[in-house]
Amino acid sequence: MATQVKIEKKVLSENDRLAADIRQQLQQHGVVALNFVSSPGSGKTSLLEKTLSALKDELRIGLIAGDVQTENDANRLRLAGGQMVQPLVTGGACHLDAKMITRVLPEFDLSRLDLLIIENVGNLVCPSSYDLGEAMKVVLISTTEGDDKPLKYPGMFRRSSVMVINKIDLLGTSDFDLERVKANARQINADLKIFEVSCRTGEGLDAWYDWLRDLVRR
Amino acid sequence: MHELSIAQSILNTALQEMASRQLPRISKIVVHVGALSGVVPEALQFGFDALKKQTPLEGTELSIEMIPVRGHCTDCGADFEVENFAFSCPQCQSGHIQMTRGDELNIAYLEVEEEPSASGATS
Repeated sequence: MATQVKIEKKVLSENDRLAADIRQQLQQHGVVALNFVSSPGSGKTSLLEKTLSALKDELRIGLIAGDVQTENDANRLRLAGGQMVQPLVTGGACHLDAKMITRVLPEFDLSRLDLLIIENVGNLVCPSSYDLGEAMKVVLISTTEGDDKPLKYPGMFRRSSVMVINKIDLLGTSDFDLERVKANARQINADLKIFEVSCRTGEGLDAWYDWLRDLVRR
Repeated sequence: MHELSIAQSILNTALQEMASRQLPRISKIVVHVGALSGVVPEALQFGFDALKKQTPLEGTELSIEMIPVRGHCTDCGADFEVENFAFSCPQCQSGHIQMTRGDELNIAYLEVEEEPSASGATS
């Protein structure tokens, strides 16, 4: 005789519990946290280097640089002026989870931070399942990728609040269509805030910086 | 490929339930996986079947029920199934859609072979 035992439990309930704790800690200190996600090579670290150089004297920015191996990204961000950069090497894992953030968060003095940026592992699938306690996810895509990426990875684009399109200086050198990528992204998520930038030439970055300033002041 | 760690969580939860509710044998674990949960069912199945070996759940079947994405239009109030991840209202074409189902990753219930009167069990 088979009997059903109701469980109704989220598989990631432990992660969600830790993420809720992190979110509460950050809110108590008025720290805005952003979770940066993208494919490998879209330019997460480049965008963060630019952002640090431009805003380091205005905003107190903490960074958690997630990487599968090496602390290369963390080193680049320190060189760009990052005062509070914490590397997080996953040792093979394809995403960051709340437990890893819980481990490195004590390295920061939250009372002296305005903004905490978490650079996730380059991957558009797995990181979408893990809440890190962030205020919002920022997804990056670059013009050297397919403009159908939002349709291929709907979970990530649905859960993100902001999309930054990087490498717009290379538009026209591939079949990437700027209007099409925006339409594809808005089909998944009509409320997505979109920035078009080139970390190489600096084009479009001022709007991104202004948005970050407003976000922190809010 | 985070399905392996998700399979491990499912396995651990089932083992905990088995111990705390003193269940003699779990024949089936039923999980609900939303179409937008980011989990690939084949990879989850593969991971679970690999991890269950030499545990008390070696004979347990993992049954994955896929949950389609449903949306609620915050402009006109329509409820509908979201097809091909096109989040737009079929009635008023609005893009302001609240996702009501489809991101689940839940252990729904366990199937246990025992007498129906056992404590903590519902038929």
